[in-house]
Amino acid sequence: MNSIHRQVNRLAAGGRLNRAKVIRFWYDDRQYEGHPGDTLASALLANGVRIIGRSFKYHRPRGLFAAGPEEPNALVQLENGPHTEPNRRATEVELYEGLIAHSQNCWPSAAFDVGGVAARLSRLLPAGFYYKTFMWPPRMWRAYEKFIRHAAGLGRAPAEPDPDHYDKRHAHCDVLVVGGGAAGLQAACAAAAAGARVILADERAEFGGALLERGDGDDGDGDGDGDCDSDDGDGDKAAQWLGARLAELRRAAEVTLLPRTTVTGYYDCNFLVACERVTGHLGPSRGDRAPRERLWKIRAARVVLATGSIERPLVFADNDRPGVMLAGALRAYINRFGVLPGKRVVALTNNDSAYLAALDARRAGAAVEVVDVRRHPSGALPERARARCIPIHTNCTVSAVECARGWSRGRGVASVQVMALSDDGREVRGAARKVECDVVAVSGGWTPTVHLFSQAKGALAWREDLHAFVPGRPALANPCLCAGACNGAATLAECLEQGRAAGVDAAAAAGFTVDDSADSAGATAAIDNASAQLNIDEPRHAAMRALWILPCEHAIGRGPKKHFHDLQNDVTVADIELAAREGFEVSEHLKRYTTTGMGTDQGKTSNLNALAALSESRGLPVAALGVTTYRPPYTPLSFGAVAGQQRRDLFLQKRVTPMQPWHVKRGAVFENVGDWMRPYYFPGKDESMRAAVQRECLAARNAVGVLDASTLGKIDIVGADAVKLLDMVYTNAWGNLAVGSCRYGLMLNEHGMVFDDGVTTRIGEQHFHMTTTTGGAARVLNWLEEWLQTEWPDARVYCTSVTEQWAVASLSGPQSRALLSELCAPEQPLDAESFPFMSFRELTVAGIPARVFRVSFTGELAFEINVPARFGLALWNALFAAGEPYGLCPYGTEAMHVLRAEKGFIIVGQDTDGTVTPFDLGMDWMVSKKKTDFAGKRSFSRADTARAGRKQLVGLLTEDPALVLPEGAQVVAELRKPPLKMLGHVSSSYFSPTLGRSIALALVADGFQRKGEKLNVAFMDGGGHQARVTAPVFFDPSGERARG
Amino acid sequence: MLLIKCPWCGTRDMSEFSYHGEAHLLRPPAPAEVDDAQWGAYLFARKNPKGLHRERWMHAHGCRRWFNVLRDTRDDRIYATYRPGDSPPDVDAGDDNGENNGDNNPGNPT
Ligand SMILES: [Zn+2]
Repeated sequence: MNSIHRQVNRLAAGGRLNRAKVIRFWYDDRQYEGHPGDTLASALLANGVRIIGRSFKYHRPRGLFAAGPEEPNALVQLENGPHTEPNRRATEVELYEGLIAHSQNCWPSAAFDVGGVAARLSRLLPAGFYYKTFMWPPRMWRAYEKFIRHAAGLGRAPAEPDPDHYDKRHAHCDVLVVGGGAAGLQAACAAAAAGARVILADERAEFGGALLERGDGDDGDGDGDGDCDSDDGDGDKAAQWLGARLAELRRAAEVTLLPRTTVTGYYDCNFLVACERVTGHLGPSRGDRAPRERLWKIRAARVVLATGSIERPLVFADNDRPGVMLAGALRAYINRFGVLPGKRVVALTNNDSAYLAALDARRAGAAVEVVDVRRHPSGALPERARARCIPIHTNCTVSAVECARGWSRGRGVASVQVMALSDDGREVRGAARKVECDVVAVSGGWTPTVHLFSQAKGALAWREDLHAFVPGRPALANPCLCAGACNGAATLAECLEQGRAAGVDAAAAAGFTVDDSADSAGATAAIDNASAQLNIDEPRHAAMRALWILPCEHAIGRGPKKHFHDLQNDVTVADIELAAREGFEVSEHLKRYTTTGMGTDQGKTSNLNALAALSESRGLPVAALGVTTYRPPYTPLSFGAVAGQQRRDLFLQKRVTPMQPWHVKRGAVFENVGDWMRPYYFPGKDESMRAAVQRECLAARNAVGVLDASTLGKIDIVGADAVKLLDMVYTNAWGNLAVGSCRYGLMLNEHGMVFDDGVTTRIGEQHFHMTTTTGGAARVLNWLEEWLQTEWPDARVYCTSVTEQWAVASLSGPQSRALLSELCAPEQPLDAESFPFMSFRELTVAGIPARVFRVSFTGELAFEINVPARFGLALWNALFAAGEPYGLCPYGTEAMHVLRAEKGFIIVGQDTDGTVTPFDLGMDWMVSKKKTDFAGKRSFSRADTARAGRKQLVGLLTEDPALVLPEGAQVVAELRKPPLKMLGHVSSSYFSPTLGRSIALALVADGFQRKGEKLNVAFMDGGGHQARVTAPVFFDPSGERARG
Repeated sequence: MLLIKCPWCGTRDMSEFSYHGEAHLLRPPAPAEVDDAQWGAYLFARKNPKGLHRERWMHAHGCRRWFNVLRDTRDDRIYATYRPGDSPPDVDAGDDNGENNGDNNPGNPT
């Protein structure tokens, strides 16, 4: 359908709109028009769209209920394809040309929804229905879950990567002001005048807060002719004041104004997180813009919270019908957006503020009646309404809502039934009167927005006159001041005064005091002047009646009508009563059981009414029940903003070795080891991984292979007490290690468990070169530093990480000596006598000064060539330039694993898991018997460490030599019906090309005594395989080859 | 996110630091001479107070030095930071959770 709808509800004038410009947008595949200044919500209302979605549980049609972030109903799917975003509140989406939105939680459309049948089954969906209905029998959960996810569908996640980019910014300030309404602006001006660095953030596009929503209805002498454009109204006064304040703030050098910025979290020590919509309000980008959103991380010396208040609804029979909305929202739509959502308005209230909406609606041309639950509303505002001939039904309530054309496809409210209240307000009586209307504006008073204050661990205090929680004592760690409506201020004058005082005090606490200088005095005077300019004559509001849950002809929950207190999560007063009866009567339990307040709106309009219902049920005052904990974020944050630039290549740092370009060119497949990218294997053309790994292994055994071992952790240890340190952190003794010699070491924690291993070499008398596992380098350095700094602060040792300073090419294989000697001068002998196994020489390799270590992790003749990192690639190239005649083959980490497993060399973290001692590994020979102390030694004699039956490292050879056991598989005595007695697990398993069969390492209870036994390995599919227990060394057990 | 004053570098965001558990644990000077219960206490027994806690932190993304922090676990208030080897300052957090203390600067140890 392409015909464009008319803006039937748009007023001819008024509001902060640019009517000269038309914006076209699409909602549920129909085209509409709006104007700059509109939100999606106001534009839809202007076009007479009343049903914006279906409710979460019962699929009841719902319309716009609010005008701000508290909106519970109007969640839409914004845009399509990669730009799509679910659960956007229409009240917060600024209209832009070409906007596309779809209703959610309904099929095929919000107006006609198949799922509406759920509403008829509502008796089957009581409080706690997830727990009661769907948790049993457990095997059915998968089936239920599908149904629930579909039925509960809160929009669709995008299926494509987000094409936009996001940013983050850290900021420090003296005073952060949250909320740019009257109080916040005043606070920012006062703090800025004192010289403080100020950040002022407001969630909306325009500063001004509730000032933007004031109409001439506030004005005592309005003419009532519906002309909202008169030039002497309060709306204009407010606009002038606003302009002056903003101009002042823009002039100030140290003030940062952040409109469209929602402060979502208030964390320890005045650290706050805010999300700025930089370009997101302009619609999908084509990649040519500033970031879509920017996440601010702000540290403020002082915070001023001027977060305003949110109107509290009244809960009456079928109060969820489209057309029922907050009275303040009605005012906002009329005065700010120039939209009158209906022609006939009923205002239902327990206080005076709904009269402002009634007066504004009357002035905008609507027929208006007020239903006031109070017996004798007699304040200035009701008087004003009477003067405008607005009928007031006192001591009455709305007891029923009728919708046009049946509610399931209804167009919303068509009339309400008004009945008198009993004395206690719990029942209705007398005759019902029908009042035709299309809007029901409700007000149950105002709830201070204390979310951020409470997040900051501030204590809330109950204000009996407001029937609400207000900020009490702030937490010591989060010094903040509250001002305005969020602090319980009732009038504009109070807001201004509180704002000014908070600004001055916050600046003073941050070290900026207004002295008596002319400048400061001038600034103060300007602020006082400004307050005077906004001297709007505001009638004092009379007291409210403490009644929010309003009766109908049936007891609540007994008849067909529903009293919703939580519109977003479809929770009714009856649900609360049921939960309380079932024992969930603590507010935190009630919340989780009924899901009240757990929607994306976090119960902004429902929490207090839920407490009111619970209070009724339990016969306790609300103050005694306490609120549930407020947690960040105040409104949802996009994943994009949270991720910022940390995505794709910037998600995690990637460490690469100097030889990386060669590996890439050679077509290496990489694996991540810690943060490192290491070649996993080097496949030839059309070569499988298995074939490549087999080829690489055989080259290293039969000719010569080279591994890029640059990632090995390396720590340079220098000092007179270096030996003392090594003796303490390794199990073996180091004092007798000759200069130029290498030694393998096992590192234990104080529990006696292996946590790292590696070769350490004595470079000089007081100088050692320690190597660690690739992933353990940082952990080991911390371990050494911890001993040095906290146990022996007087020890003369320095430890320096040199992992990235040395590039390492590890030559391995019978031809490695011949290849290396080609690159060394003849006067550098490499024969076994001059350069024996487990020793180190400083050589010149291919013209590069090198430290060469004769250590072997493959069991072959091997040389680890260390050169300064900047020469790493040159060394690598030189090796390959000379290597061809020797059959030099690069090998990756997988071949390295196979080669070392053939030799039974452990990998810490694979063959150990933090519960393995050196004895469990059969490495008793590594543990010094002479040293009286080293880390972990004392724990060897602890009962559990010394007991029999511990798991021990063994080899496993399968019956079928071709079968490679899965790593992690359980080793069991026999395969039979579960449960099986588990003896251990397979820790390493490969196909060994050298042996022509599979090999495995395993940790098995009493493994050493089981050599020769046949055990079983169980597979995930229920099958298994028999394997024989052997020693863990499969190849060259005497170690001849490495020493050669 | 807490602000923590490194005794060497000054006040920094908590994200620069790593936490290392209870401070002032004494490793038995001659482990071989203590019984299993004493060794077990050194390995495993940790205080978990509701109130003042002396704990070790390390300026991992800064000077990489260990130091001690006196923190109230009830409200994360940090009363002091001090170098290893220094004795903890004597503070009285009281039962009123510090309410009477006038200095409420964010994270500024006294
Ligand atoms: Zn530091």
